[in-house]
Amino acid sequence: MSADFLYGIEVLINGLMAGVLYALVALGFVLIYKASGIFNYAQGVMALFGALTLTGIMSGQVPFAHLINATFGTHIHNFGWNVPALGAIALTLVVMVCFAWMVQKFVFRHLVGQEPIILFMATIGLAYFLEGMGDLMWGSDIKKLDVGLPQGGSRWVEDITAGLGGDDFYGFFIDKLDMVATLVAAILVISLVMFSQYTKQGRAMRAVADDHQAALSVGISLNYIWILVWSLAGLVALVAGIMWGAKSGVQFSLSLIALKALPVLMLGGFTSIPGAIVGGLIIGVGEKLFEYLIGAPFLGGATENWFAYVLALIFLVFRPQGLFGEKIIERV
Amino acid sequence: MFYREAGDFKTSYVADSQTFPLKLDKVGFWVTMMVAWGVIPLVITDYWASALLVPFLIYAIAAIGLNILTGYCGQVSLGTGGFMAVGAYACYKLMTSFPDVNILVHILLSGGITAAVGTAFGLPSLRIKGFYLAVATLAAQFFLVWLFNKVSWFYNYSASGQINAPERLVAGFAVTGPASPAWAQYLVCLFFVTLCALIARNLTRGSVGRSWMAIRDMDIAAEIIGVNPLRAKLSAFAVSSFFVGIAGALFFAVYLGAVEVGEAFGIQKSFLVLFMIIIGGLGSIFGSFAGAAFLVLLPVALKIVGVDWLGWPTDLVAHFQLVIVGALIMFFLIKEPHGLAHIWGLAKEKLRRWPFPY
Amino acid sequence: MLENQTLAPSDGYVTADGRQIGGVMMDLRNITLRFGGVEAIKDISFDIREGEIRAIIGPNGAGKSSMLNVISGFYVPQEGEVWFNGAKRPPTKPYQVARQGIARTFQNIALFEGMSVLDNVMTGRLRQMSSGLFSQALWWGKAQTEEVENRAAVERIIDFLEIQSIRKTPVGRLPYGLKKRVELARALAAEPHLLLLDEPMAGMNVEEKEDMSRFILDVNDEFGTTIALIEHDMGVVMDLSDRVVVMDYGRKIGDGTPEEVRNNEAVIDAYLGVSHD
Repeated sequence: MSADFLYGIEVLINGLMAGVLYALVALGFVLIYKASGIFNYAQGVMALFGALTLTGIMSGQVPFAHLINATFGTHIHNFGWNVPALGAIALTLVVMVCFAWMVQKFVFRHLVGQEPIILFMATIGLAYFLEGMGDLMWGSDIKKLDVGLPQGGSRWVEDITAGLGGDDFYGFFIDKLDMVATLVAAILVISLVMFSQYTKQGRAMRAVADDHQAALSVGISLNYIWILVWSLAGLVALVAGIMWGAKSGVQFSLSLIALKALPVLMLGGFTSIPGAIVGGLIIGVGEKLFEYLIGAPFLGGATENWFAYVLALIFLVFRPQGLFGEKIIERV
Repeated sequence: MFYREAGDFKTSYVADSQTFPLKLDKVGFWVTMMVAWGVIPLVITDYWASALLVPFLIYAIAAIGLNILTGYCGQVSLGTGGFMAVGAYACYKLMTSFPDVNILVHILLSGGITAAVGTAFGLPSLRIKGFYLAVATLAAQFFLVWLFNKVSWFYNYSASGQINAPERLVAGFAVTGPASPAWAQYLVCLFFVTLCALIARNLTRGSVGRSWMAIRDMDIAAEIIGVNPLRAKLSAFAVSSFFVGIAGALFFAVYLGAVEVGEAFGIQKSFLVLFMIIIGGLGSIFGSFAGAAFLVLLPVALKIVGVDWLGWPTDLVAHFQLVIVGALIMFFLIKEPHGLAHIWGLAKEKLRRWPFPY
Repeated sequence: MLENQTLAPSDGYVTADGRQIGGVMMDLRNITLRFGGVEAIKDISFDIREGEIRAIIGPNGAGKSSMLNVISGFYVPQEGEVWFNGAKRPPTKPYQVARQGIARTFQNIALFEGMSVLDNVMTGRLRQMSSGLFSQALWWGKAQTEEVENRAAVERIIDFLEIQSIRKTPVGRLPYGLKKRVELARALAAEPHLLLLDEPMAGMNVEEKEDMSRFILDVNDEFGTTIALIEHDMGVVMDLSDRVVVMDYGRKIGDGTPEEVRNNEAVIDAYLGVSHD
């Protein structure tokens, strides 16, 4: 096997793993959309906020330090303690649940029954708000996220595959972090699917996703379900935030993941969990392969900025409901 | 008492369909026009122009454009930044390739070019609706930014990738370039604002405008009663992009003078204009102005409060801006989804009955 | 009285109360319409004559609205042909069908909620207005005169349906009965040859039904418009219509004058029932 072909396979594998991460973020969207019809643009910023809160708690930062210092002329930055990773994650989860509760109470409860575009724009507002809040609380400098996840290329994989391609081939370079991320994402997805299918709460969630009125009439509290859904989305966001943050540091560009999840959802359909997964994988692989085969050699590179969208667009023209979405039958 | 509707009868259909049926409204409008054209150019300063008036006018044009597409025709677009870029780069290429032609002509042509590009990117709207379309317009946004970055023909092969507006004159006065006086920049923008607002008003009250609104409200029923969806949607994209392209050309040539496509015309720009029409009021030309004014004024006001009065560092104020804009968007959508235009309409209705509210 | 079998398609006749009924205008032949595995319409044929009032009745789910959608061009039947004015109609887009002179109202009101009554009715005039984008942008010449002319025409319809006082009201604010009237006005504004009404009396009380019946009769009488209507109120159907088609589970089970249909066994079993006198 030629080295080039093997490098292609490596690109494919990396693409698959990137795809798993995309799918994870897309999942957060699907959860909220299924339950409430809201397309949560803020999902990416929630990932950023989760990661920021985590690093902040772990390093003992004082929230709103910059603001307090500017107003009162003080110079406090740190509490001076460090919180171990697991405890910090648990605390951050609590924060995300509180956030879900507040968002439901102050924003979306008042927007029940509005058109989808209004809800979408509300989540854009929420994204801006949360981004500013994250900056105010924890500062906007890049932070390093270290929760004990292994980093760097896996020597083990490299060594095993080195012999495959002759002397020029050094073995597959696969980041350990990516492998862990894939594993975590897979576990999360499976548990979410099982939760939704087999538990009482999951069933209630699906009822709410189908018909709010009907769910109300059988005694399901919409409020409770929505808080649950937003908390789950917050959990998913936090995991995504940890994975991406460990890889490239916690910074603003994390929130742009949300934008990347959109073509994933367009492909997979907005209401389908398996669709989010398949869509994520297709986009992940497609992006990397296109850049490797056509983008870098012929188009000057950086095609990953737009390829996903164009792919989704072309796909949608032929199949407007996505891969798994329900076929839209218009009735008059 | 002053602001009355009773006793104001129209005797012809032409009179009934005018823009300002009530006398006080009409008077108010003409006074504003006189101040805008006659008074402000005489008293304007560089600071007022560059911080407030010129960006307000330019964003007003962009907001009217996006409002036509999203507010009147119901096609959500997140590609406004990209289309402004098309206008800017078209203007740059025209200015540098045909230096003897008047800049006003170039700006109009840039609008035309953007209209053509916008129509092409609007084709998917025939198959894709709602959210999906919004995301499809993102494809336009990201692709266009990438294009103007990568293909060096667009920036005349300069090393920095930036485009700079050469100096151009109108009636002997510089309107672009560092030597142009504030009032000249202001007047050029005002000219285009007036032109665009006029065209928008005419289109939205005729059968084209009604077709757009019919598509927005119920596109299937619209088609069944005779609206050609292809023509309606594509004309909305075309007209909208024409305005947005003009705004982009002015933004580059008159306002900034030098532009780097990623910073000036990125997705943040698309969101900004979208916020303007949400806060201002979807489906309202007045709302486009109100929203543009609001979102141009707000950061300036916050900066004055934060930096000048409270002595905070600028990055802190920038974070606050995000928090406040985000909160305001959510607040407006909850309390008044029809925006400032609706609030203004309600205020006028109350004024009509004043001092006898019932 | 009318004997369906003996009257040729192109012949007309005069009804008992002096109305002129012409030849066949809309002819539906062997229409079959499927959605996935469900057959909504199974091999239905009937015709509509010029100037008549044709009722389509049947239990819920019989496929009546789908039939109107086929006539409007919104659904394309998998089998069968639609003949309009003596010529076979190829698959045509709904807006082109509208331009050929077929207008309709909808079972669940399909008005444009963001516009006023006047604007809604004006959208019905699209067939008559042809000024282009540039002309309208500059609001000169043809654009302006066309707007005024069509406004005058629309005002006549507004007078006819007695909705003058609400012409500037946004449609979303109107009560149900008035919305139905506005929808009728919008359909009439197109000056159609064929008017399709989908349950125009739904949700109305006796007085409102009398008003609406009067309007429908006036439309047929004054403008000569051919009308096909779906309706559940048998009293209305018997009074208004010249001929009736009965549908059940996607099939045609009756076709003839109101008296013929009322005495039809199959129709009684499926839909009408027997009165307990």
